[in-house]
Amino acid sequence: MSGNRNLYLFAILAIGVAIFLRFLWPLVLRATIDNVIGDKPLSDQGWLAPLFNQFFLLLGGKTVLEKMLWICSLLLILLTASRGIFIFLKGKWSAVATESIIKNLREKLYDHLQHLPFSYHVKVRTGDLIQRCTSDIETIRRFLALQFVEIGRALFMIVIALSFMLPMNLKMTLISLSLVPFLFIFSYAFFMKIKIAFKNSDESEGRLSTVLQENLTGVRVVKAFARQKFEIDKFDAKNSEFRDLTYRLIHLFAIYWGFSDMMSLIQIGGVLIFGTLFAAQGEISLGTLLAFSSYSGMLLWPVRQLGRVLTDMGKAMISLERIQEILDEPIEDLEQGTNLTKAKGKIKFKNVWFGYDKEQPVLKNISFEVEPGQTVAILGPTGSGKSSLVNLIPRLYDIDQGEILIDDHNINLLSKQSLRQNIGIVLQEPFLFSRTIKENISMNCQDANEETIFNAAQTASVHDVIETFQDQYETKVGERGVTLSGGQKQRIAIARAIINSVPILIFDDSLSAVDTETDAAIRNRLKKRRDDITTIIISHRLNTLAEADKIIVLEKGKIVQEGDHLQLLAEEGLYKRIWQLQNSLEAEFNLEEESFSELEKNQKAVENI
Amino acid sequence: MHSFKEKEYNKRFDPKLWKKMLSFCKPYRKSLFALGFFMLLLASIDAAFPLFSKYAIDHFVVPAETKGLMEFAIIYLAIIIIQALNIYFFIKLAGKIEMNLTYDIRKAGFHHLQELSLSYYNKTPVGWLMARMTSDSQRLGGFISWGLVDLIWGFTLMLLIAILMLVMNWKLALLALLVVPILILMSVYFQKKILKAYRRVRKTNSKITGAFNEGISGAKTTKTLVRESRNLEEFQQETGEMYRASVKAAIFSAFYLPAVLSLGSLGTGIVLWLGGKSVQMQAISYGTFVAFISYTVQFFEPLRELARIFAELQNAQASGERIFSMLDEKLEITDSGIIRKKFGDILSPKKENWPQIKGEIEFRNVTFSYEKGKNVLTHFSLQIKAGETVAIVGETGSGKSTLVNLACRFFEPDSGSILIDDVDYRQRSLSWLHSNLGYVLQTPHLFSGNIRENIAYGKNNIEQSKIEQAAKMVNAHEFISRLKKGYETEVGEGGANLSTGQKQLISFARAIFTDPRIFVLDEATSSVDTETEKLIQDAIQKVLKTRTSFIIAHRLSTIRAADRIFVMRNGKIEETGDHHELIKLKGYYYRLYTNQFMEEEEGKILQAEIQDDKKSKKKGVAL
Repeated sequence: MSGNRNLYLFAILAIGVAIFLRFLWPLVLRATIDNVIGDKPLSDQGWLAPLFNQFFLLLGGKTVLEKMLWICSLLLILLTASRGIFIFLKGKWSAVATESIIKNLREKLYDHLQHLPFSYHVKVRTGDLIQRCTSDIETIRRFLALQFVEIGRALFMIVIALSFMLPMNLKMTLISLSLVPFLFIFSYAFFMKIKIAFKNSDESEGRLSTVLQENLTGVRVVKAFARQKFEIDKFDAKNSEFRDLTYRLIHLFAIYWGFSDMMSLIQIGGVLIFGTLFAAQGEISLGTLLAFSSYSGMLLWPVRQLGRVLTDMGKAMISLERIQEILDEPIEDLEQGTNLTKAKGKIKFKNVWFGYDKEQPVLKNISFEVEPGQTVAILGPTGSGKSSLVNLIPRLYDIDQGEILIDDHNINLLSKQSLRQNIGIVLQEPFLFSRTIKENISMNCQDANEETIFNAAQTASVHDVIETFQDQYETKVGERGVTLSGGQKQRIAIARAIINSVPILIFDDSLSAVDTETDAAIRNRLKKRRDDITTIIISHRLNTLAEADKIIVLEKGKIVQEGDHLQLLAEEGLYKRIWQLQNSLEAEFNLEEESFSELEKNQKAVENI
Repeated sequence: MHSFKEKEYNKRFDPKLWKKMLSFCKPYRKSLFALGFFMLLLASIDAAFPLFSKYAIDHFVVPAETKGLMEFAIIYLAIIIIQALNIYFFIKLAGKIEMNLTYDIRKAGFHHLQELSLSYYNKTPVGWLMARMTSDSQRLGGFISWGLVDLIWGFTLMLLIAILMLVMNWKLALLALLVVPILILMSVYFQKKILKAYRRVRKTNSKITGAFNEGISGAKTTKTLVRESRNLEEFQQETGEMYRASVKAAIFSAFYLPAVLSLGSLGTGIVLWLGGKSVQMQAISYGTFVAFISYTVQFFEPLRELARIFAELQNAQASGERIFSMLDEKLEITDSGIIRKKFGDILSPKKENWPQIKGEIEFRNVTFSYEKGKNVLTHFSLQIKAGETVAIVGETGSGKSTLVNLACRFFEPDSGSILIDDVDYRQRSLSWLHSNLGYVLQTPHLFSGNIRENIAYGKNNIEQSKIEQAAKMVNAHEFISRLKKGYETEVGEGGANLSTGQKQLISFARAIFTDPRIFVLDEATSSVDTETEKLIQDAIQKVLKTRTSFIIAHRLSTIRAADRIFVMRNGKIEETGDHHELIKLKGYYYRLYTNQFMEEEEGKILQAEIQDDKKSKKKGVAL
């Protein structure tokens, strides 16, 4: 960071030097016109005059230069070229400084976001967050890149201008600067004022694109209701509103530019006319007049820009605050705690209590045990706490009371990183990254080769599907034209989770979009692959439940039933009720047939009559 | 969806295309001429300012004379005021032209989009269309208006300066302008490089946006995969690329200006040297000398703007090509000229000529495919009597939705015909069919605005009672009146303020509002909760009794209530009959039904807890 601060300092210094060289230019011109071409003595006013005159005499003074005027030309060209070098350096240094600050900021933000706790990402509004990460950073970048050094420029300009102009002629200095403060105030006030017009135009553009977007996505509705004319009128209203509001903005700019250009021209004109008057009266030389003419012109642009820069600074500050808000959120430490090396897969819940807020526990006094290699199925109504329960195991949330043990280690004492590396969890709506399928599957496995990837995909019953895609494993997820179905996504996510052969696997209803047969096939293959993996499955598929070593039934955050298929069938409860559904279907069909045959009987009876 | 490929665009200047683009300028010919006039005037005055200095030096400074200075000042001030007005007017005019051109392009585009067929929408992503309608039209409008400004101003100024210098002293002028050709070549080269570099920056920037997007949406998955540090490493590659691209672009721009300045100063140097000599020999006056020096500096000011226009030309042309590729897209499904004449078009339908509709629908020997060679329907026939309720069931991909697409005339049969009341629907206008159609989609689509506006969709000045009547018919009135603002409740963008069930009820009310004879329900109950499903089911019974209805169904309750059920499989009707008959068959329908039954019943059991909770909460409030 301090390196960048130095770069900015250098950039501002480079501007200073460039401005200084620019101010020297009229002095050379003045000496050439007044002394070399004309016959006035060299001016001895100003702090630079002795040095400057010395230099002129060194070059040979009037006698030599008169004959070799090209030396003066060369001097001017060299001045401009060296000024050019400093302008370039300023551009380069401020770009390097800005871009590396922005690079660091982006990376810091990205890393911070990744380390924010699970709960943060559950609550957060994605759109708002992305906006902060992109357009707010862009606002800061623009400010740093284009405007930050402008403040330095304006300040240097004024200081250098005064130091050059004042010793030359006080009256002319005052005339040259007379409109500058007004110009600054005017442009500052204008850019403050115009914020509202900008906002109006932006908002109107937003409304325009909403209408457009809704129309394009709802094209079926528009067509089916034959409301094209209405839509055209609606769009037209927004389209012309945007046109008019933006035109109003441009109109304001027309006034601004017209007026501020007029002030600037009057300023320049004033210098010319009064300068001419003083020169005609012999008070100043022609060269001095020309010097003032160029000085007054130089000042005007940065002063006008300053108004804009200062108003934009407010915007950049707001953006900075919005980013700071994210960076102030506390993150989770992944490395703190002892490392869990290859776990065996024993899981034990001891009187676990958990709630998203303390007042309302979601899980109440949960205790159970899973031996390595066992499969546990969890069944329960929506909102009974199934997902919360499995999310506690990799410490996506921390429990409030009790303890969870893996291989007899309290998970709260383990580092999150090593804990999670031992657990493969597949969420109900898995997220696939927009890369190739191959990259998605091997995401978690650095040394994956083709074989391991195929193997994982085959186990997850998705290999054959992938082979039918045009680009097979190189198909990019989410790319135009290729849309994966929910079931395909789930299966790819499963392949991704198992590729590392972790000791604990958790399926959070992650086979819901896969048909029953495939579901069974996947589970069988997993068993065959390795039978020492502890598996926890949330599901309400009858087969899945029946085949588990243990079934846990959750209701309102409590375990209400626990046991294997036969045990639970023998008890009254949710599990039995679901199993009995099959019977009720049979019953319905029987009823249908009865009523149907009755209907037929009746009809026959009617016919008979 | 068909894979969508962006076409490659022409890089050469394409006069035909520009002719088309300029056709948008026709209504603003007068404004454009006025703008041209102001720019000419602006450039002339800009070129004249050094002449004022010259006059002042030669007439007042050198002879040490002050007589006439007052008059000089007044004229000078007058010119300044004219110039300020000039600036005001040209910005105003250019802004007006820019905004109107953009407006017109958008208007034409939107109008065309309303008539384009669904097949076009199926192959074109909405994002692509949005970009054409927003940024491309803006760029084209901006380029034409502000490009003209810079072009006329720049050329005139450079030309005038050159002429003035040549007139004052042609030898000196030629020497001073020696560097111009090099400068022009250099400027065009650099501006192109700069634009290209910034294009790379923008491309990388969108990658970074994508990375943030994914980093945020995928954060939960990242945690479970413990992939934080590798994600960061990958992100750092993007930011590193961004850093390099941005610095490169900035360095290009930073190099350009000093290079122009330094080269330009060669001209000034030559003038100072040779012009100074002429002054010594009294061949030219001090004033001319000073004016020359100003001109050598001023001459290069427009250069950057002109070079930028040439560099941007390519981009503007690409925008234009994309816009016209949309505007020139042929309408696949449209009424023939005769039909338009008789029944009117979408903007001015001739309702007085429209025949009454009964609501018989017949598919007669219909063959249809979205892609050549892959028939979805082959020689398909189906008859629906007026007033009949027909349910179509089948798995995804069996051709159910295609039936809706054809019945609504979103697509037309490749061969065979679809008849409404025994007349091929291509003998009637699209508006006629659609005005008699009530359509409810699987995922309800609402428009920003309040509930009332959504129900009355597109009809103004409707009595409240008529809207309420429609809402009551579909059982939506009750929940709407419970809302704080009732029918005035804003639904939010895309209906975001309402639940899916509520949105579906409103879209149902919207469909019934115009009292259509034919009703099409496209899986309308499959994405709503059980409670809403019951309401809709109940409404279907009431509302559809007297209308022909065509229901693509998923939920059992909807299916059971139909007069006739068609079971589709692979584009063919596998089984037909009512529920009892089909169950008795123990065929494909029986299997579909069994699966669906288990799923629905199980869902009911597993939802019980939430229902209980809701009830107990309600009680809590009551207590």
